[in-house]
Amino acid sequence: MSGNMNLTLKVWRQKNKDDRGKFETYPVQHISPDMSFLEMFDVLNERLINEGKDPVAFDHDCREGICGMCSMFINGRPHGPLQGVTTCQLHMRSFRNGDTIVVEPWRATAFPVIKDLAVDRSAFDRVISAGGFISVNTGNAQDANSIPVPKDDADAAFAAATCIGCGACVAACKNASAMLFVSAKVSQFALLPQGQAERQERVLSMVAQMDAEGFGSCTNTGACEAECPKGISLSNIARMNRDYIGAQLSTQKA
Amino acid sequence: MSWFTRMFTSTIGQKLIVALTGLFLSTFLVVHMVGNLQLFKDDQGMSFNLYSVFMTSNPLIKTVSYILYLSILFHAFKGLHLAYKNLKARPVGYAVVNGKANSHWTSRSMGVLGTIILVFIVVHMNDFWAEYKFGHIPYVQYEENLQTGEIKSKPYIDEAGNPKTIAKKVEETIISKDGIDYKLTITKDLYAEVAEAFNNPLLVLLYVIAMFAVGFHLFHGFKSGFQTLGLNHPRYNPAIQFLSTWVFAVIIPAGFAAMPLYFLLIK
Amino acid sequence: MTTSPKLDARIPEGTLEQKWTKYRSTVPLVNPANKRNLEIIIVGSGLAGASAAAALAELGYKVKVFCFQDSARRAHSIAAQGGINAAKNYQNDGDSTYRLFYDTIKGGDYRAREANVYRLAEVSANIIDQCVAQGVPFAREYGGMLDNRSFGGTQVKRTFYAAGQTGQQLLLGAYSALQRQVGLGQVDMLTRHEMLDIVNVDGKCRGIIARDLVSGKLERHFGHAVLLCSGGYGNVFFLSTNAMGSNVTAAWKAHKKGAFFGNPCFTQIHPTCIPVSGDHQSKLTLMSESLRNDGRIWVPKRKEDADAIRAGKLNPNDLKEEDRDYYLERRYPAFGNLVPRDVASRAAKERCDAGFGVNQTGEAVYLDFAFNMKYKYGKKEATKKGIQNPTEEQLTELGKAVVKEQYGNLFDMYQQITGVNPYENPMMIYPAVHYTMGGLWVDYNLMTSVPGLYALGEANFSDHGANRLGASALMQGLADGYFVIPYTIGAYLSNEIRTRAIDTNHEAFEAAEKSVRERLEKLKNINGTKTVDYFHKRLGKIMWNQCGMARNAEGLKQAIADIQSLRAEFWRDVRVPGGVNEFNPELEKAGRVADFLELGELMCHDALNRNESCGGHFREEFQTEEGEALRDDENFGYVAAWEMTGDANWELHREDLKYENIKIAQRSYK
Repeated sequence: MSGNMNLTLKVWRQKNKDDRGKFETYPVQHISPDMSFLEMFDVLNERLINEGKDPVAFDHDCREGICGMCSMFINGRPHGPLQGVTTCQLHMRSFRNGDTIVVEPWRATAFPVIKDLAVDRSAFDRVISAGGFISVNTGNAQDANSIPVPKDDADAAFAAATCIGCGACVAACKNASAMLFVSAKVSQFALLPQGQAERQERVLSMVAQMDAEGFGSCTNTGACEAECPKGISLSNIARMNRDYIGAQLSTQKA
Repeated sequence: MSWFTRMFTSTIGQKLIVALTGLFLSTFLVVHMVGNLQLFKDDQGMSFNLYSVFMTSNPLIKTVSYILYLSILFHAFKGLHLAYKNLKARPVGYAVVNGKANSHWTSRSMGVLGTIILVFIVVHMNDFWAEYKFGHIPYVQYEENLQTGEIKSKPYIDEAGNPKTIAKKVEETIISKDGIDYKLTITKDLYAEVAEAFNNPLLVLLYVIAMFAVGFHLFHGFKSGFQTLGLNHPRYNPAIQFLSTWVFAVIIPAGFAAMPLYFLLIK
Repeated sequence: MTTSPKLDARIPEGTLEQKWTKYRSTVPLVNPANKRNLEIIIVGSGLAGASAAAALAELGYKVKVFCFQDSARRAHSIAAQGGINAAKNYQNDGDSTYRLFYDTIKGGDYRAREANVYRLAEVSANIIDQCVAQGVPFAREYGGMLDNRSFGGTQVKRTFYAAGQTGQQLLLGAYSALQRQVGLGQVDMLTRHEMLDIVNVDGKCRGIIARDLVSGKLERHFGHAVLLCSGGYGNVFFLSTNAMGSNVTAAWKAHKKGAFFGNPCFTQIHPTCIPVSGDHQSKLTLMSESLRNDGRIWVPKRKEDADAIRAGKLNPNDLKEEDRDYYLERRYPAFGNLVPRDVASRAAKERCDAGFGVNQTGEAVYLDFAFNMKYKYGKKEATKKGIQNPTEEQLTELGKAVVKEQYGNLFDMYQQITGVNPYENPMMIYPAVHYTMGGLWVDYNLMTSVPGLYALGEANFSDHGANRLGASALMQGLADGYFVIPYTIGAYLSNEIRTRAIDTNHEAFEAAEKSVRERLEKLKNINGTKTVDYFHKRLGKIMWNQCGMARNAEGLKQAIADIQSLRAEFWRDVRVPGGVNEFNPELEKAGRVADFLELGELMCHDALNRNESCGGHFREEFQTEEGEALRDDENFGYVAAWEMTGDANWELHREDLKYENIKIAQRSYK
């Protein structure tokens, strides 16, 4: 096993949601610069198990930057020092031999810690359940080319739809606000003709659910956009604000 | 819950209050600063004092000024309230936060900057606004030569040297002396009050610090207000950014800060 | 050769074109009032699971969905890059339902059921309609119409896509539909839950035992029917393009309780993956097959050049055109770089085995964009912009911008992983395990050999035969979930309307939970000296070397022996830290690897049994003189469905494949 990097890891350890938790320091040796950050954790865990200790729990799955499951707050930034990259796609060549790396879980009231670095992000699912869809039952659809969608609109909708729901926006935001996540879904449908029927209802319901989950409010710092591994734009938040205010003022309902 | 309550208790609705009041306060700053530029006019403060009268007596402006006071209260209260709620959205903080990697410090310090400004506003309004309205500012009498435009001023006092008052806010009469028309104007001498206050270096320091706070607050706040209203478009963003930076973060606070410095250092 | 009496595929009568239309109009229905009382359990929330859950909930069934991830949206369907096929013929290039059907059967090397594949081709167009209605932002042309790209193994453009993230967009569409039903109370979504056994009552599947992965508690869930949509088992190789959590456990538990396993040895090795960089590697990353549209695959013609490149003494960009071997274009001029995956993979392996590999491990070939960047796109752009006599540099620059727009995210990903800039240097790729065509045997209704137990998507033995064409996995997952199961499940559930919910205190639930608990305790109490990953990596090596891209009888026999002894060692010496009743990812992994250790053996048995080469299954003993796969339709034109008859004991059942509409031929892409 092949590498010449030696690092010191300070990792948040917390047995379960009720535990207070604390940092543990682990030196790791012989790390290859070609390893991903998570593979470095695999090495650490292998060692901890061999030493009879409890390995570090962390969420991960696809390891190719698309499932949105990995979620480490590395040296003060979600997904670490690079932009446009998830933790699993962060490679050790982005660090220097001898570095001390502090690793924490996402922190938010709405994202309680399950264990160590794994948090519960089901709040996002509930926000989607509140309105992040187009209500079209299977079999109802007309021919796909019957509604032309301007390429620019389709591209913008796609850009919003690339959100992977990792929660880095919440983690980065000083207010633990979920506006970027929610607005990305609101925008995707607001930009497409198919999304118009439920446009008002959708934004009202999703924002209400977002607030109920205990996320903070948006103060437009832009940290979410800067840290989003998929580069979701702040303009989505503006669009959601616009839609929300418009919907409140003009909905057909009493 | 009515739709109105629902809207203004939502995070976006609350932010809307902050944004609308904030943008309104920004427009007020423009007016306030342009008006106050009359402090620099070399007329012994006559136009400034008349402007003060106008600002406190015109019914339209009076109405606006009450909206303004409410705006300050709402803006400050909502802003601080949201800041408190946002703290609760992350009860356990991070050990290491590298905020500068993803955002400008001003955007992360709006609460602190706003609080400095709030303290300043209290001091400022106590010094001038309350003094003007409820205090005992002596009157001044201007004598303007309508032919040459030369202005002379003297305290409005009786023979014994006691300050006299008038029933109205301002009294203007035209008199003729030696075939020349003069306009006599009697009004409260806020200008003198300002000049005296700004002789205090500590107060001037507070003003200058506060204007830095205003500048930084608006550097983020002005454009942020547009974002909250949903006004974000690649065509207009450069203009908003320009106004935010140059007008609201630089020119306006610099203009305001120049006033106390002018009285302390030059007058 | 006749079909085993235990395998009734229930293929409807009638002509190929009419089977499905007629069947779905005559299949028994369940009335809406009864649907409310019928409970369906779905394991897995990928394309098949999420779409089935949404569609069934829309019909009014009570649905419970389980996934081991923290959200339904994480399922590995999300990682599919290139696209989804559909016989829309929007390009007017001669596509049709029949042609998609034909391409799929041929691409699968004539080892799939005609009726199933035809149905798949028929509903493919509905999928695109449904997804667009859901707001899936497919790529469009300037006129606002949907765009298509071409893919390996076909000569028409029928692939719909959303940049390099088609799987993500389709899954999020299905996930949205699923979450909508969660919000409406029609679906009970249980995330961070892993199914650890099925429960059979009186010969029918009636529920599952699941473990709440956060608390570690075992739970019993009743269902009138159970749908396994748990994906493929590529992770048996340890290194694959699958997600770390992808596993065979759900399917394997079903197999142990009576569901036959179909064609387990049919594994797809994807030709364009980023090569292995070292022992630390935890997974392999796919580079979309769509890259083969514009990338040309080559290795040096001379061995000494390959040696020089490996030693870092020669820059591949400096190698002259005539010294390069574009071996796919050379061997398969008709399809060139767009041959099917199995063919492309084997060709890469052949070159590397012959010593022409271009990275340090000798296991990589070049995927080079320089030519098309310059001459295909650069020239086009120059013409568009009216540049006369552009220089070579100008052409490269202009072409680069186009390539960036088409494949930007893939190029970025490549650079992120390898640290090499693919715009400047040719990409290095090598085949890697990607997809498993094998899976639980199902009939036309998608029901396994256990009544009431269904398998959808990659989890079933599927419509792809011995090799899946690119952009067909997404199609099959969504076809099964949206458009097949909502009809075919009626055939079973219409007879279950009198079945009351079974109390989960029933002895069958009791017994199943007990055995699950005992197994967990056993894993925990071995307290040996080696980690779970240690065993998984060793299993992966055995599988890759003996049951990977090329197989032979001797190696497979050796592999079976090796796996048996590795399995024994695992149960003697594995160390699982932490407790059973807590969040314990190592324990989850241990259970999955234990199942892989059994599956691996079955795969080798199947590969050993199949004395022919077809699709992804290449037996070295059975090849033509030119090294092409040599099929034996006479003796092996069947689906191998394996029944587990005891511990590591299997009985083979054959389902004869009848081709009534397609003339079987030697596959040729020359």
